[in-house]
Amino acid sequence: MNISPEVSLNDLSSGLRELLPPLTEHEAITESARCLMCYDAPCTHACPTHIDIPKFIKKIHTGNLRGSARAILESNLLGATCARVCPVQELCEGACVLGSEHKPIAIGRLQRHAMDHAYSRKLEFFRSAPSTGKTIAIVGAGPAGLSCAGELAKLGHSVTLFEKRDLAGGLSTYGIISLREPVEVALIEVAMIQKLGVRLETGKDAGTNPTVAELTHDFDSLFLSVGLGNTPQLGIPGEEYILDGLQYIEGSKLHPSRLRVGSNVIVIGAGNTAIDCATIARRMGAERVTMIYRRTENEMTAYPHEYDFVKREGVAFWFLAQPIKVHHKNGKVTALECVRIELGDPDATGRPAPHPVPDSNMLLPADQIVKAIGQHRPSIALLLNLRTEKDFINVNDNFETSSPGIFAGGDCIRARGSASTVMAVQDGKLAARAIHQRLVNHG
Amino acid sequence: MADLSINFAGIRSPNPFWLASAPPTNSGAQIHRAFEAGWGGAVWKTIGAPVLNVSNRYGAWHFGNQKMLAINNVELISDRPIETNLREIKEVKRAWPDRAVIVSAMVESKPQAWHDIIKRIQDSGADGIELNYGCPHGMSERGMGAAVGQVPEYCEQITRWVMDVAKIPVIVKLTPNISDIVMPARAAVAAGANALSLINTLNSIIGVDLDTLEITPNIGGRGGHGGYAGPAVKPIALNMLAALGRDSMIRDSGLPISAMGGISTWRDAAEFLLLGARSLQVCTAVMHYGFRIIEDLCDGLSNWMDEKGFATIPDVVARSLHHVSDFKDFDLSFRAVARIDQNKCIRCDLCYVACNDTAHQCIDLLDKDGKVIPPTAYDHRSNGKTAAVSTRPSVVVRELDCVGCRLCYNVCPVENCIQMVELPPAKPSITWDQLSKQQPAVTEDWQQMEHYRHKMGIRIH
Repeated sequence: MNISPEVSLNDLSSGLRELLPPLTEHEAITESARCLMCYDAPCTHACPTHIDIPKFIKKIHTGNLRGSARAILESNLLGATCARVCPVQELCEGACVLGSEHKPIAIGRLQRHAMDHAYSRKLEFFRSAPSTGKTIAIVGAGPAGLSCAGELAKLGHSVTLFEKRDLAGGLSTYGIISLREPVEVALIEVAMIQKLGVRLETGKDAGTNPTVAELTHDFDSLFLSVGLGNTPQLGIPGEEYILDGLQYIEGSKLHPSRLRVGSNVIVIGAGNTAIDCATIARRMGAERVTMIYRRTENEMTAYPHEYDFVKREGVAFWFLAQPIKVHHKNGKVTALECVRIELGDPDATGRPAPHPVPDSNMLLPADQIVKAIGQHRPSIALLLNLRTEKDFINVNDNFETSSPGIFAGGDCIRARGSASTVMAVQDGKLAARAIHQRLVNHG
Repeated sequence: MADLSINFAGIRSPNPFWLASAPPTNSGAQIHRAFEAGWGGAVWKTIGAPVLNVSNRYGAWHFGNQKMLAINNVELISDRPIETNLREIKEVKRAWPDRAVIVSAMVESKPQAWHDIIKRIQDSGADGIELNYGCPHGMSERGMGAAVGQVPEYCEQITRWVMDVAKIPVIVKLTPNISDIVMPARAAVAAGANALSLINTLNSIIGVDLDTLEITPNIGGRGGHGGYAGPAVKPIALNMLAALGRDSMIRDSGLPISAMGGISTWRDAAEFLLLGARSLQVCTAVMHYGFRIIEDLCDGLSNWMDEKGFATIPDVVARSLHHVSDFKDFDLSFRAVARIDQNKCIRCDLCYVACNDTAHQCIDLLDKDGKVIPPTAYDHRSNGKTAAVSTRPSVVVRELDCVGCRLCYNVCPVENCIQMVELPPAKPSITWDQLSKQQPAVTEDWQQMEHYRHKMGIRIH
């Protein structure tokens, strides 16, 4: 089992090295000086974890980088990940008062500056409170689970974090393209959470091992942060030749030398994961990358800035086309057959329903096809017999599921709106508070 | 196009901008280049007593993204041989007959020493002499520079020695390191000086190194007060310039004043002219950006004068001086309130926090329905730019409670967003001076004051 990633943070030869260079000290000082230090700042409101952004930025300017990193971590234990993967254009930077006429403050990059300072010097900020004797099991060591685990450990609870994969970190480790977040960043945060006293058990598919009975019996409370499941099937002939998008990204992150990229790649889907897949293909050598989506750019779920980014990467788009068959020869993909789509009235998702146009089949040559069309809903809800909404786990305002003492957060509860790392972190934080309250109140 | 030329106590120059006596005027080669760039004159770096300099002689204060908001220095007067300086002065003057070449001088406080240096400068062909009574470091420890400028009697005595032999205009340069700038200026007038200049640098320690705990800049483990200059000192210089202009003895003497202290742009220059300067000296801005800044100093000043209809520099000089007044003569019935232009407001809320924490608590945060809400009144589960921006409260001044302190106006980062709106006076005009004469009890007794306020409808929020 090889769990040591091959792509190094500093490996400049990799086309997937972190896209934005770290700010130099001079850049950080001048950029932080531009911050107006708004009172009750809109950036802080827009941040799902409500980091006191003017506070950490001014600390950068005064050279108090330790204080800056602490200010970030107090609201968001995964500040290093969020500094890199947050869609800041939609969040803090999108709300910056300097955005209307000038350039918004580069909040994400300043946050990364402070977090890099802290982690490169191995600074530690929090010490756990005296033990409460309470035990909590957390299922899934992605951002929500790590956040919840860290917050609970700070409060003195005994936390065991079960992760079915070999590495903790969830999508930060496996599913976010290296040029946005190198795997080391995710792993250093995992190590930080462990240092707070959290016990991490990897390779443990909770629900089976430990069993549901063990989970509910051995622990005072339970937090589910299982994320989402596999990519659904398209249900078309030849689908076995299509690569899974998340596995494609994972390969590029952890084993890039084993990643095989075609020269004429088709990516099915138009969400942020699909865009990452297309980016990997382009950067790892594909001559031609085409994204296929059955609706149009108006309906696609990718963030506008990601769409702009991938177009500049030289990725082509084919809208209003739906795959119907993979053509292959001698075990190799040769083409994707698609049918033209016409958009009709809004369907259940509120978006115009795609209707195939008869006799409009076309053959798009390709030697590799990747699909990134969303993920299945989590299945653990069934095991625990929890109430669900559209197959997502249903929780109340305190992140408590229909089963008292069992809480949930992160992508697995996000039935509405878009899911993101930073929202998962906030879920974990708020759930930790609710769990703490419950354990304190119930003695 | 405005005529920028000046005649300053008989010293002529094509524009009012002279390089101040300082490192930029250390050598003939530098001044040649400065004149090529367009400078109207230069005050040669002080010549006189022998000196030795040290390294790490300039410190600087940076603020925000502004480098060198101020500079301080422990550089002494010229450390080049006096013969070299005098020879180069002669060469420069010969090459640039239309430019002002003034030589700054400082020697031991002995009549003979001063007589000698004045004669030698005159022999060089220079247009004028500036007496350096201001250097605050090093030279003052040897009884020169500020040690002279801080004692009006010494100032007068030495100026008399100089005037005994001077055949070219003599400018007395004043130190700001004194409680009342008017005193040494009067002494210079009494001694028959031809002109005044101010300000020299201020005593200062630029900072302490937080790693080594040594003084910045660090001169072999030591540091000390140095002369402070640059944009940060401009308001101090303007005040001292106005103080001279408002003194009747100095004003009646008719002595022109050459002003300096943080002049960086034509705007600064215009302000100094308006408060009575007849020539302008520049140093720190040149040390930051080089001689080339003279182009916009002249161009900007000329364009502004054209816009304002000023044909010549004397048209501008002292135009604003009569607006300078004492508190006792301010109209107590004058009233202005802050008004925030909601269309320009970017909702940084800096005015709100400034007013609420440190001023008079008269700015409210209003939600969409106009209801006053506290800060951070949003649902902490909400997020995203749309939620943050669309629920952002507006900041509105409660004008009835606003005392017009102008703090919000000063902190607002948006041009013309907050205006100080003048209100028609609700009460008859009266000054403190008039009040204390007409109703002395009101100005001496709190009970009487309360009674007066009540009667006049003055409500203190």
